[in-house]
Parts: sequence; structure tokens; C-alpha cells
Amino acid sequence: MKNVTFCVIEGKSFAFYGGIIVSVFFILLGLFAAYNMEHHGHIITGMNNQVVWGMPHVFAIFLILAASGVLNVASISSVFRKIFYNPLARLSVLLAITLLIGGLSVLVLDLGRPDRLVIAMTSYNFKSIFAWNIMLYNGFLLVCAVYLWFMMQRSMQRYYPTAGLIAFTWRLILTTGTGSIFGFIVAKEAYQTAIMAPLFIALSLSLGLAIFLLVLLIDCWETNCSLGEGILRRPKKLLGILVAGVFYFVLVYHLTHLYFTGRHGVEYFVLADGGIYTVLFWGGYIFLGTIFPILLLYHERFTKSRLSVASAALLTIIGGISLLYVIIIGGQAYPMEIFPGKEIISSSVLNSPTMYSYIPSIWEIMLGISGIAIAAFLTVAAVRILPFMPRSLADTDIDETFKG
Amino acid sequence: MNVSIQNRRSFLKKSAAITIAPGVLLYSISQAHHAEKPVKSTTRWGMLIDTNKCVGDCTGCVDACTEEHNLTEDVPVEIKPTWIRKVTLRDKQTGRESSLPIMCQHCENPPCVDVCPTGASFKRDDGIVIVDRHICIGCRYCMMACPYKARSFVHEALENQKPHSPRGKGTVEACNFCVYRIDTGVGPACVEACETEGHQAIIYGDMNDPDSAINQKLKEVSSSVLRPDLKLNPGIRYQGL
Repeated sequence: MKNVTFCVIEGKSFAFYGGIIVSVFFILLGLFAAYNMEHHGHIITGMNNQVVWGMPHVFAIFLILAASGVLNVASISSVFRKIFYNPLARLSVLLAITLLIGGLSVLVLDLGRPDRLVIAMTSYNFKSIFAWNIMLYNGFLLVCAVYLWFMMQRSMQRYYPTAGLIAFTWRLILTTGTGSIFGFIVAKEAYQTAIMAPLFIALSLSLGLAIFLLVLLIDCWETNCSLGEGILRRPKKLLGILVAGVFYFVLVYHLTHLYFTGRHGVEYFVLADGGIYTVLFWGGYIFLGTIFPILLLYHERFTKSRLSVASAALLTIIGGISLLYVIIIGGQAYPMEIFPGKEIISSSVLNSPTMYSYIPSIWEIMLGISGIAIAAFLTVAAVRILPFMPRSLADTDIDETFKG
Repeated sequence: MNVSIQNRRSFLKKSAAITIAPGVLLYSISQAHHAEKPVKSTTRWGMLIDTNKCVGDCTGCVDACTEEHNLTEDVPVEIKPTWIRKVTLRDKQTGRESSLPIMCQHCENPPCVDVCPTGASFKRDDGIVIVDRHICIGCRYCMMACPYKARSFVHEALENQKPHSPRGKGTVEACNFCVYRIDTGVGPACVEACETEGHQAIIYGDMNDPDSAINQKLKEVSSSVLRPDLKLNPGIRYQGL
């Protein structure tokens, strides 16, 4: 292993300024949306008393999962001691921090009372998995910051593996907590299952690695940093395994539901008769987000091309967002069984057709995208200020014994 | 002669009304729970709803709740605050129809209280589940968790609120069992409305008090709760469902 040197990006290119301008623009749009939602109330969103969590939550949970998963690369480097990943560890931890800040910003700005954030931070109900998550998210930011400090300061490097192990454990607990937000809901048939936690862990790993690969490819393209085939090969193969891993948990989740007679209704809804949810499940998640990326990553015809790696990563993200949309919004849109064995023949609310439909408003989409913009802005600013990027990622610069 | 007897009877009736009514009133006030005193965990407020007496097209309880808490926003049904709703059901096997109101079930083990991150959703010692509007951050997790779809989110700014039932944009709300009335010895508005309509389909009271009407009725008739499989032990029970 050679000594890798790190540098700040020059920050003079068109892509750098373009990235900053675009992300600031979307952040401002998001803040404008949040102001309107706060001023007029959630009446301007598509959310209602049935679908209480909408598009902002899909984006927020996507970013939170990605934040946890993007730490993969640093964990493989410091916990599993794979030297090939060492030069990328700094960027990995940086992305974990920025993505989480992006996700939490969306979550907070969507609250009915975002001005009461201090209450959320000071008044805890310790039985609530949501309260646990607040602590896990804040703790994760702290753990990652310390991890990064130990990683970057030479005198603290002996503590670096310990910090890496703590961060690795923390993020597994964090994603377990995020999955359990749904797993602990007894009221809704689509949730209330322990498999939500491992499913969310697997999803976080695949989303995180996909985002990391995209950022790495874009960054190396923008800075003309040489990126070796060897360093790309390992995460590329790992991404394929993780996409397959998510599919395994999704399969077990649906098989379990299909086995329970009482849950056939919700399965029929998601798999066959749910409109947008069915389309997103089969088209978005299964075809675009699972089959295509695996094909692009493993088929000999595509596997050598960087474009196919970038496409596979992008499709994994599209698939992940589709799956989250189906789980989060589809799970709420399916009516609850309040009266088993009975059919509702009249109710002003319970059998209103508009009650169960959800169409995201432009405000929600603006707010959601601003979370990605916040993460992008913070990442670009950080790599401009501090040396996160290795000067070269050519295979022989990382490992002189590399033979291709 | 007849006129004088009638006058005497009328005089006695009025005298009785004038003397007994304040006595009954004073007695009920003296027996009422004092609003300043802490509630007791020995009390468990509850309702027994007789679906055989509940009339399908009557919305007296819903109207009374709307009036009592000023739930008058002119918004689409999917975002309209609904603390109580009327439902007509048909048994899939037998075809038997029944009508009933459904509101917050004031569970003994409320999922909304379990999941609330700040503790804004809480259960009083006397079993009433309410939301502390001062610390509700509007995350809506309680709405996800409620198996009875009993909670509403205030989607827009409110006007002309009732001082006894404050509400707030961006917070979650649900039936509060007219807690301020209960604390002064008066029954919930929906119960009163049902009596006024002449149906008397709802009995309310302390389910733990062996002398209460609800306690005695629950001993006498077979009642059920909604979603008994969840083992939440709701305070709202249904007869004839």
C-alpha cells in the first residue's frame, strides 16, 4: 500500500460552479416550499388524513438510508481492512454526513410545527422508536465527525479502526431503527413485520454504494483524477450483490404476506391492483431497479463500460426510490381493516374514494429535491475546503502490486 | 272546584321542580370531580354504544361534536377533521346491518401514545387519551399508528376557536372525551346529543365504578371492542355488533 495523498478540488471549473448554482437554486426552492407549507398549512400538499406521510418522507428516508449505506466504503476499509478502499474512506464518511443532513432537513421542514424542533430534541418519549431515531441520527452525525477526524489527523490514526467499528455498528442500529418505524406499526397490514429492519439495512447498503459510485465517477470526471479499473471493479461487483440482497428481503416479505390469508388483500393491492403502486413495484423496482442493474453489472457485454456502471448505480437509486414509494405511500393508501368480517356500506369518510388517493403536490417534490441539493451543496463545498479526494485513484498508485 | 284543584296541582309541580332541580344540580356538582384535582387511576372513563339503538341516518352525535369543538372547516373530506364518524356496516356472512359511531377508542394500551416521539400523545390516569397541543410537533406518526383511523391533522389555519377546546394548525387531534366537561361532571357532547335525539344509544361513565350505569350494563349485556386481536383494551365498547 502506497501513501495516498489527498487534495482539495480546484473549484475553478464550469462543473464546480454549475453544481453550486444548481444546488443553491434547488435549496431555495425547497425553502420556499417549506415556507408555504408552514404558512398555509399542509392543505397545499397532497397528503391527507389517510396518507399522512408523502413525497417528502420518501425523499427523507431515501437520503437517511443512503447516508447509512454510503458508509460502506469506509467500513470495508477500516473494519474489514481492505486497503483498496482506503483512499475513498474520507469521501464515504463525508457523504454519510451530508446525505443525513439533507434527509433530516426534509423531515424537519415537513413537520406540522417545524418551529418546535427544540421540543423534539428535548422532550423524549423513550418508548417511541421515532424518539430513538432522533437520538440515533444525531449520534450518527457525531460518530461520523469523530471518525473523519481520526481518519484525517495523523496523530489520532491509532484510534481510527475503533472509531470505524463504532460507526459501522451505529449505522446498522440506525437503519434497524428506520426500518422499525414501519415494522412497529401494528395498525397497517403492509407494515407490522420485523423484516422491515433487515430490508431497510440491505436497501441502505445498495443505495449508499450506488450513490458513492456515482459521486466518485462524477468527481473523477470533473477533476480529471485517474480512476483505475481495479478500484472500480470491487464496489461494482458488491453493488450487484447488494441489489440481489434487497431483492431477497423483498421476496421474503411478499412471500410471508402471501402465506397469511389475512394479508392477501394488501398483497393483491401492491402486486396487481394498486395502480401507481403496482406500476412502481414491477416497473420501477423489479425491472428498472433490480433486473437491469444486475444485467449491467454482470453481463460481459456491459460490465467493462463506465457508462454501464454509472447507469446501474442510477437505476439502483430509481429502483430504491420506487420501492420506498410503494412501501411508505402504498402501505398507507391501502384501507385499514377496522371491522373484520364486515363491509362498510355507508360512511362519509371511510368509503370516500378520494380518501385513499394521493397525488404529490409540487411543493412536496420541491421540498424533497432540496434534501438532495443540500447534500450535494455540502459535499461540493467540503471537497473544495478540505482534502477529501485522493490525488490519484490509478490502481498502481494505490497498490503497487496491482496486476489488473 | 276543578279549576282550583288544577291550580293546586300545577302549583305543587312547579314548587317541586323549583326545589328539587337545584338540589339535583347541587348534588351532581358536589359529586363532580374538581377540575383542579388530579385525576385518579381508579377511574376508567368509557362508553357503551348500543348499535341496536343507533339509528342509521341520525348524525346527532357527529353534529354535536362538530358544534362543541368547532370542527367547521370547509375542506375536502380527506383532510376534514373528524373526531367522530357514523358508519353503517353489513356482516359479510349474514348480511345483518348495523350502525354505529366511531371515534378515538381511548385504549388502555394506546399505540398513538407508544409512538409519539415527544410524549404529546398521552393517556390520563383516568384512561382518556389526549394530545398536548403545546408539544405536538406535527410528525403524524400517531396517525400512522392508530388502528381506528381516529386522528386528524389540522391542515390549515383556524379561526373562531372555542376557548374550552383549543386546536392548532400543524398539530394532530382526536376525540378528547370532552375532557373539560367530564372534569366538571357533565357528559360528553355526543352522549348528550344522542339522549336529546331520544335514542340513548350511548352510555358513558366510570367503567371501574360498580355503581355506575355503564359498569352494571357491561355486566348485564354482551359487548365487544373493535380489533380485539390487537389487545389494546379500548374504553369504547359496542353492544350488538
